[in-house]
Amino acid sequence: MRVLALVLHRLAWFVPTLLGLLAVTFVISHVIPADPVALVAGETATPAQVAALRHQLGFDRPLAVQFVDYVVRLARGDLGTSLYTTRPIADDLASRLPATIELTLVAMVVSVIVGIPLGVVSALWRNSPLDHALRVITVSGLAIASFWLGIMLQLLFAMRLGWTPLNGRLQGFPPRGVTGLFLADALLTWDGAAFATALAHLALPAATLAFPALATLVRFTRAGVLEVMQSNFVLYERAMGMPRSVIVWKYILRSALTSTVTQIGLLFGILLAGAVVTETVFDWPGMGTYAVNSIIRSDYNAVMGFTVWAGAIFLVVNLLVDVVHTVVDPRERVS
Amino acid sequence: MSAVLFVVSRLCRDRSALVGLLLILALGAAALLAPVLATHPDDVFELHPAQRLQPPGAQHLLGTDRMGSDIYSRLLFGARITILIGVIAVGASLLIGVPVGLVAGYYHGWLSDLLMRTSDVFLAVPQVVLAIAIAQTLGPSLPNVILALSVTYWPWFARLVYAETRSLQNEVFIESTAALGASPLRLIALHVLPNVASPIIVRASIGMGFTILTAAALGFLGLGPPPPTPEWGRTIAESREFLPDAWWYAAAPGLAIFLTVMGFNLLGDGLRDVLDPRIRRAGGGSRVAAEDSDG
Repeated sequence: MRVLALVLHRLAWFVPTLLGLLAVTFVISHVIPADPVALVAGETATPAQVAALRHQLGFDRPLAVQFVDYVVRLARGDLGTSLYTTRPIADDLASRLPATIELTLVAMVVSVIVGIPLGVVSALWRNSPLDHALRVITVSGLAIASFWLGIMLQLLFAMRLGWTPLNGRLQGFPPRGVTGLFLADALLTWDGAAFATALAHLALPAATLAFPALATLVRFTRAGVLEVMQSNFVLYERAMGMPRSVIVWKYILRSALTSTVTQIGLLFGILLAGAVVTETVFDWPGMGTYAVNSIIRSDYNAVMGFTVWAGAIFLVVNLLVDVVHTVVDPRERVS
Repeated sequence: MSAVLFVVSRLCRDRSALVGLLLILALGAAALLAPVLATHPDDVFELHPAQRLQPPGAQHLLGTDRMGSDIYSRLLFGARITILIGVIAVGASLLIGVPVGLVAGYYHGWLSDLLMRTSDVFLAVPQVVLAIAIAQTLGPSLPNVILALSVTYWPWFARLVYAETRSLQNEVFIESTAALGASPLRLIALHVLPNVASPIIVRASIGMGFTILTAAALGFLGLGPPPPTPEWGRTIAESREFLPDAWWYAAAPGLAIFLTVMGFNLLGDGLRDVLDPRIRRAGGGSRVAAEDSDG
């Protein structure tokens, strides 16, 4: 019952935070610009056209009314119409969502599979040459500009060595399927060739996206394991003469990794943000590329639509992470 | 002054913090002495089409770009922009975030809730997404980049200061000073603030690196200061059509960003070790992890 109450409590905070986010995007799109209509209308519009558009878009009403209208429209899933594609922005974004999810998920799997063991190893062999080498990697991961890393990887592996495709998601037709995630679709339809090309196209962008997350995860795991190693119960097991391997496998890892695993959800946030820039570098047909192309085309509606959409996805992911955290980690329930 | 000397001497004993300090000093020197150090100081604005895309050599240390300008010289002047963006954006975030955190942490009630919920909204969305929206709305320029970064970074300071202030409130010296009749303003300014200064300084150093990285991303996406400004992120974007031949064009500014951000990160880590004795005792445990998860 306590868990249910906490989950409800988290849910209760979700709505005001979402409204707060909408207030921020409303201020950015409706209040900050000297003339938001002129932004939408473009530079070639005549004053008469701008005035007509202002009335048509409802910008001549009081701000409070506009905000309520804004929230109601968004609640119905209406993000406005793209000035460039002239399609609903929600549709544009939805059609690009699977590509972004596939890239983000693969990067997440890579960073977890590589990052957690490396973090454990560097904690267990603290101050060893391996630990120092890993420290260089983690420090680099947090300092490198991901768009630059992507370009350097392209330069080396795609342009010079020719091991991977330069950019894009696939050559030819996508595999038949339901999920929109090409790797999963290729697996479901037993299409080996499609799987191989999809994987080859994914390699560089996923590596680029995974690197900072991996660095964060190594640091986090290392710190977590070190903390457990110094805790009283481990000291007790040691004093009892337990063999090191038993202490490590049975006590340290189990205890340290529970808290690490609950942090993985937070990685999703870092990865989604990184996807905006990484997708641009690799022309990955996801939401990030859509947003950046919209910036270049001055498709103002689409940029704001993306912001709202990305922000909402974030809040939902954070909410899920919080709920899972509450359910999984007993310590959360006490505090 | 002696406190500063103490911190610096402790930093110098930690090898990686020393590296960070040296990197930042080098960056500062590059920015300050750009006109002296540059081999072609006029190349920020001058074009030499005949010498475009020259590889690195004696004449051009890091090669030339698509306009025939010396990349090394442009990088030096770009350091000025980087420092300007970082210092003003982090400074503004401090000016907003620290008072907000102090007030929200010291007082209890609706104002405190409102302030922290507001910063939670900003923290819930990745900085780069909001910064893109703001920079796009305001138009690409240097002041707008700085504004977009400041508006989106202050909540980090607010949350940090809030948490530290709340945990200080139960300390005996705060309670007894309040009991002696110290006004809230006096208490916050003279007793709370000095005690939360260390984490603020650490966060500011790491925030410099983070802000510079985001600024470079905005520049790369075309939302930074317009050309011919030698902004590093934009230079990398410009270089892409000349790859793989003109590899130096893309490599040099990225390395500059990397070394700069690494400098601030290493310095931040080093400062944390020196300024915060708690984690030395705990052997670099959970606090490091907690700080990591939010940058």
